[in-house]
Amino acid sequence: MRLSKLPLYETAVIDRVTPLTSSDTIARRLSELGFVPGEPVRVVALGPLGGDPMAVEIGFTRFALRHSEAERIILRTPAPLPDQKHSA
Amino acid sequence: MTSDKPLQVALAGNPNCGKTALFNQLTGSRQKVANYAGVTVERKMGKLVTPAGRKVKILDLPGTYSLSAASPDEMVTRDVCRGVYRGEPAPDLLISVVAATNLRLHLRFMLELRQLGRPMIVVLNMIDAAGKQGLHIDLKRLEKELGLPVVTAVGIKRGGADNVLRALDSPPVAPPPPLPDDTDLHEEIRRIMALCVSVHEDRKQQLEEKLDRWVLHPVWGMCILFVLLFIMFQAVFSWAQPVMDLLDSIMKQVADLTRAVLPAGQISNLLTDGIIAGAGTVIVFLPQILILFLWILALEESGYLPRAAFMLDKIMAAAGLSGRSFIPLLSSFACAVPGIMATRTIQSPRDRMVTILIAPLMTCSARLPVYTLLISAFVPSRHILKIFNLQGLVLFLLYGAGILSALLVSRLFKRSGANEPPLLMELPNYRLPGLQSLAIELWQRARIFLSRVGSIIVTLSVIMWALSSFPAPPPGGTLPAIDYSLAGRIGHFLLPLFAPLGFNWQICVALIPGLAAREVAISALATVYSVGSSEADAAAQLAPLLSSQWSVATALSLLAWYVYAPQCFSTLAVIKRETRSWRMVCITAGYLFGMAYAASLLTYHITRFFSG
Repeated sequence: MRLSKLPLYETAVIDRVTPLTSSDTIARRLSELGFVPGEPVRVVALGPLGGDPMAVEIGFTRFALRHSEAERIILRTPAPLPDQKHSA
Repeated sequence: MTSDKPLQVALAGNPNCGKTALFNQLTGSRQKVANYAGVTVERKMGKLVTPAGRKVKILDLPGTYSLSAASPDEMVTRDVCRGVYRGEPAPDLLISVVAATNLRLHLRFMLELRQLGRPMIVVLNMIDAAGKQGLHIDLKRLEKELGLPVVTAVGIKRGGADNVLRALDSPPVAPPPPLPDDTDLHEEIRRIMALCVSVHEDRKQQLEEKLDRWVLHPVWGMCILFVLLFIMFQAVFSWAQPVMDLLDSIMKQVADLTRAVLPAGQISNLLTDGIIAGAGTVIVFLPQILILFLWILALEESGYLPRAAFMLDKIMAAAGLSGRSFIPLLSSFACAVPGIMATRTIQSPRDRMVTILIAPLMTCSARLPVYTLLISAFVPSRHILKIFNLQGLVLFLLYGAGILSALLVSRLFKRSGANEPPLLMELPNYRLPGLQSLAIELWQRARIFLSRVGSIIVTLSVIMWALSSFPAPPPGGTLPAIDYSLAGRIGHFLLPLFAPLGFNWQICVALIPGLAAREVAISALATVYSVGSSEADAAAQLAPLLSSQWSVATALSLLAWYVYAPQCFSTLAVIKRETRSWRMVCITAGYLFGMAYAASLLTYHITRFFSG
């Protein structure tokens, strides 16, 4: 699953950041900001119009990013929790 | 012992690490703000003397996330830290500032800096906030793991930088040999944090968690944003009034006193009607400008502004921009010059150009005097629905017209299929702004404004006074003196161009100095209309005079002109400096002139049509 699809207030673990081109500065910046494999990330707010951009918390820092940016971040598919069915 | 050559220190760190507050704490008011050679990144240099009497020159570098620079600011930081920046001496010592509350992010840049191999001190800033969050940091262990001296600081508290001052007296410590190039810095951070940081209780970002649920809420967040902006404008327009009246009467007394002391004649006239009246009409607006800047600075320091950018990103995206453009545009309400300078934080060059292009459409405080005068002269002070004052409503509409035009223009410049500009922005932790830091920043703004008054505006007022006083009317001349002066002739010469807008020749005269600084248009009108008058508070006299001489259509047309108010020279100069392109300057001046002309033409004829 991509970070852009993660629902509000849910947490998931980052699997990897995929650059869209060979010199994707946004992907590099995401890594520098701590979007690295193994880090848990949580959605803390969705923008007022159509949920874009989104605010996410990683570690103790919050970032605003647009869906187009969040799409570069692939999440580990969690073991499905009993009360959670919409993580496809 | 103490050598005479000051120690060169560079302060580096992530954005939002509290670096600027710490810098203000360290240097107090002993700072100099200028630009780096060749680029327009703000260079802040301060001086201090350590407890042991050592002189230190300290450079506050722009905040950056990494040394692989993505913007001009970050390039300056990178090159100064590496000691390769032209015109800057290589720093003897780096101070790496990290927020104790955000070690996971900030240690990464610290590790990058350490790789450079320069002597370095690590400052754990905001240590008080970390303590409150139940975070315990083992300093001794951290020093050992990093191989560098580590001191704590509270940048926003008096005396909060004392540890840093003391550390500057110890001999510089060279860092350990750099890690191999392929080291995963995040792994290293995890290792260090596991060894040095313990969490006492379940540490959540409680404040951020609670506040952001409201502040970033789709509905409530918008309401909060709206209320904050509303308070800002309310403060600018009503709270400033008593102070403005006071300043006004002081300037008037100064002029009267001067007149009483000096013998009557041209020198007395030059001083009172030219210089004092000219400076007076502008100094009066200092309270408004300070309130506006104070509010923007406070919002910025508290961590709110990026959240406002988050809320507005979608709207800005519709205009082809990103939320990042919000901050420069908001600053442009105070003045387009700092606004345009603030566009440096926008990484996409195209985005930055468009933001610069539309920044002059945000109604800057210099246009306020013009608006205030014309509105008080022509719009009746009536209440609509018992709560809205008609005058206030017109003012609001004028601001709205500027914003709407800006969105339209930016939309036009949006190329189809162009890459969407990135947002990717940190939402910093909330914090109370430090009063001392706010005061220093505000003082710098006030100084810039006043030095502008001192130079450009007073010079222009004097020129205007001379143009409208010479040549004197011939003996036996029956027309008012101004008709015979140079200013009168220039006004008559320009009249055919502006007559379709309903402007008379007096307005044409006032437009000329208005090019250099919009607010001067008022003192110019005052000069044109009341040459030889003995009052310094020209604006107060002017309103009834104008309402008797101009038609409503003319007044509205001039208001519309000032929504676009093309070509304030300072704005054009800063655009040239920021973009290094005369083309951008010409485009800005050209399109603003076109829009101003069209808007005035429409306003004039529509008003005439309806008012018969």
